[in-house]
Amino acid sequence: MAAELTLGPNLFHWPAEQKIDFYNRIADESPVSTVYLGEVICSKRTPFFDDKHLDQVAERLERAGKKVVYCSFSEVVIKRERNILMEWSKQEGRDLEVNNTAALLHLKGRPHRIGALLNVYNEETMAYLAGQGATHFSLLPELPRSAVEGLGAKGAELGVGVEVQVFGRASLALSARCYHARAHDRTKDNCQFVCGEDPDGMVLKTMDDKPFLTVNGIQTLSYGYLDMMADLEDMKSIGVTHFRVMPHTCDMIAVTRIFDEVLAGRMGVDEGEAKLRELGIDAPFVNGFYRGRAGHDWVPRATEMA
Amino acid sequence: MTSEPKSSRLSGGPVGFPFAPPLPLFLLNPILKRIVHRIAAQNPDMFDRLGPHRHAYFLIDPVDMPLMLYLRPDPEALDFRAVNRRALPPHVARISGKFLDLLTLMDTEQDGDALFFSRDLIVTGDTEAVVCLRNALDDVDEPIAESVADMFGAPGRGALNFLRRAAENAQKRKGAST
Amino acid sequence: MNAPVKPELICPAGTPAALRSAVDAGADAVYCGYQNATNARNFVGLNFTPEEMEKSIRYAHDGGTKVLITLNTFPPSGNVQLWKDMVDLSARLGADACIVADIAVAAYIQKHHPDMRIHLSVQAAASSPEAIEYYVREFGVKRVVLPRIMTVSEIRGLVEEIPCEVETFIFGNHGLMVEGRCSLTNYVTGQSTNMDGACSPAACVKYERAEDGSMSTILGDYMIDRFGPEETAGYPTICKGRYKCDARDGGYYAFEEPISLNASTMLPELINAGVHAFKIEGRQRSRAYVKKVVAAFREAVDSIMAGEEPKLADLVALTEGQKQTEGALKTKKWR
Repeated sequence: MAAELTLGPNLFHWPAEQKIDFYNRIADESPVSTVYLGEVICSKRTPFFDDKHLDQVAERLERAGKKVVYCSFSEVVIKRERNILMEWSKQEGRDLEVNNTAALLHLKGRPHRIGALLNVYNEETMAYLAGQGATHFSLLPELPRSAVEGLGAKGAELGVGVEVQVFGRASLALSARCYHARAHDRTKDNCQFVCGEDPDGMVLKTMDDKPFLTVNGIQTLSYGYLDMMADLEDMKSIGVTHFRVMPHTCDMIAVTRIFDEVLAGRMGVDEGEAKLRELGIDAPFVNGFYRGRAGHDWVPRATEMA
Repeated sequence: MTSEPKSSRLSGGPVGFPFAPPLPLFLLNPILKRIVHRIAAQNPDMFDRLGPHRHAYFLIDPVDMPLMLYLRPDPEALDFRAVNRRALPPHVARISGKFLDLLTLMDTEQDGDALFFSRDLIVTGDTEAVVCLRNALDDVDEPIAESVADMFGAPGRGALNFLRRAAENAQKRKGAST
Repeated sequence: MNAPVKPELICPAGTPAALRSAVDAGADAVYCGYQNATNARNFVGLNFTPEEMEKSIRYAHDGGTKVLITLNTFPPSGNVQLWKDMVDLSARLGADACIVADIAVAAYIQKHHPDMRIHLSVQAAASSPEAIEYYVREFGVKRVVLPRIMTVSEIRGLVEEIPCEVETFIFGNHGLMVEGRCSLTNYVTGQSTNMDGACSPAACVKYERAEDGSMSTILGDYMIDRFGPEETAGYPTICKGRYKCDARDGGYYAFEEPISLNASTMLPELINAGVHAFKIEGRQRSRAYVKKVVAAFREAVDSIMAGEEPKLADLVALTEGQKQTEGALKTKKWR
């Protein structure tokens, strides 16, 4: 299987027009092969984009030759969310990526993908899910290389896709509480969509003013951006088939082009990393998880893998 | 190895210890030695819980007393003695607090958790070693404070009850003031 | 609606001494784990060796108390055997149930120890009837431990819908992140909550005092909170820390205040909702805590079942930050 570059789901609450423009540009200009669409974080956001524009955007991307996968919510508690998820699980005609176990109840025996917010840590869990119809696994960002290796090998044996996030803020935690609303002294029910003010997440700094985490509604992400460019070759060699870039407000056409060039071997890692750093991304790059270190670490390429 | 902590909150203030004891160390140390050997003999499993930290030296610092206690909870090389405040031996961690608060921590009949991470006790150095010691002490069968009191017969038990009441009252006063 | 059953009181034990205290204080069941990564409270100086577990199970069973073993972390690829070994050991020692989160662990128990009860850990984050039904259908889960994010009315609805027993937390640490879906500790320390059972490991904790009397609590390279000279300091758990953001002046508890769950006033409602078991959090807490909290809730549950007004001792002093909340149970405004 040739290595493929994918665009993960947009985790943030951008205005619908911005999302439409964004995906139009991806359709026309980005080399990604697969685009994941659909609200993952908050069910309250769906009326703005998903309910009105999702199918059109998907068709537009497909016309441009992209494969489109629809993603499920990550947290499912209230009745409305449960109903939406059930309907979502029953839809036909598109690949579905599951981010909450509840969807697995409905999808047994039908092909589906396992999202990067579901806990698949070992090859036996992978095999179990594959036995029920999972065809593709997006791995958790916190997995060290040793675990990715085991999952990559199993994935090859089972003939399923194995995908790893290589760019963008890493999802670190989910909650029932909306931390965006909380920062503005509101409740989740009365949030007034204040998360829309932070298109790459709201930065939390420590008391001594060091940027630490970012908040996106119920989700907490890293402050640092994953940049796994130096590990693409290594990942390919241990069975990773798909490489996921996550949407941010930086120049994503440039980001996906750089990763595509490096992935295809047309550009060296040094040049790619240098170009990525010219894009003005206002946060450090991190790669510690894969290297078996603290996730916020940046481990230079020459360093031995832990 | 850590340096002397500076805390305006812990130094000064009324002394809560009722016996006012600048005991000569040469009298005190044989008693401490007896105490720690007895506890060790009664609770051999306790040391397993300490893992690698059994070889560590801990400094227990009752800020309202003139001396400090020096502990190495190593079954092969047990050490527990009073040391002079002016000449501190090397240690991996230091636990500072008022005598009654430290007693509460050692006394498994009382819940010292809230105390442990409050300002009333200050941990410097290797936090993991201290947490480990705390968990090990909590697992001994006979509460250490009682074992010690029993060694001194009825007067010992009387003193422990007195101290426990004093510690409880101190906790209540703190609770009322917040 | 189901007729109310008398809920079991499920009590924490971080050490054999705490287990004996819980048994003596009237626990219906005790939950505890081994000294390794299979256990989501894999903290230094805590938990049970196989020998201690054997003795402790005997002690508990002699006292009519069940022992539930926490194997509630996620084995990373290459290390699954350790979790299987702990399952086999637990079965051999006569444990009454295993509390699990990972699909591979659940599947192993179902296949190799079909008589062992599987309780679905809160770490599995099954917060909807569909998610729970999935685990019941696939692995024959007998009981689910609910995340601390549901209101009583949501719990009532859920009890009616799902084909297994329900266990809810009633007291103790009030974690806010969905358990089993948090890698904050790994981001800061390189030790994973899900894979290693670590949460703000003490080895990475430092307390630093400044000249002005303030104290900072540090985890790894990050200041988790800074306390003024008169403030009570806390342990640096990332989701209980104070941070700054552009929307606010000064530091604030971005996730949750250091507050403890105390659902004692809601016990009658929870019993009416059909909850099968009440869980007390605190395997990292002292034996004295276990003894007092278990005794207080034992009396409360017994009184309510006897139709009497429960006389709950004041449990506030045992809560970590000396503040308490009914958490999500009372209102979804909490979200």
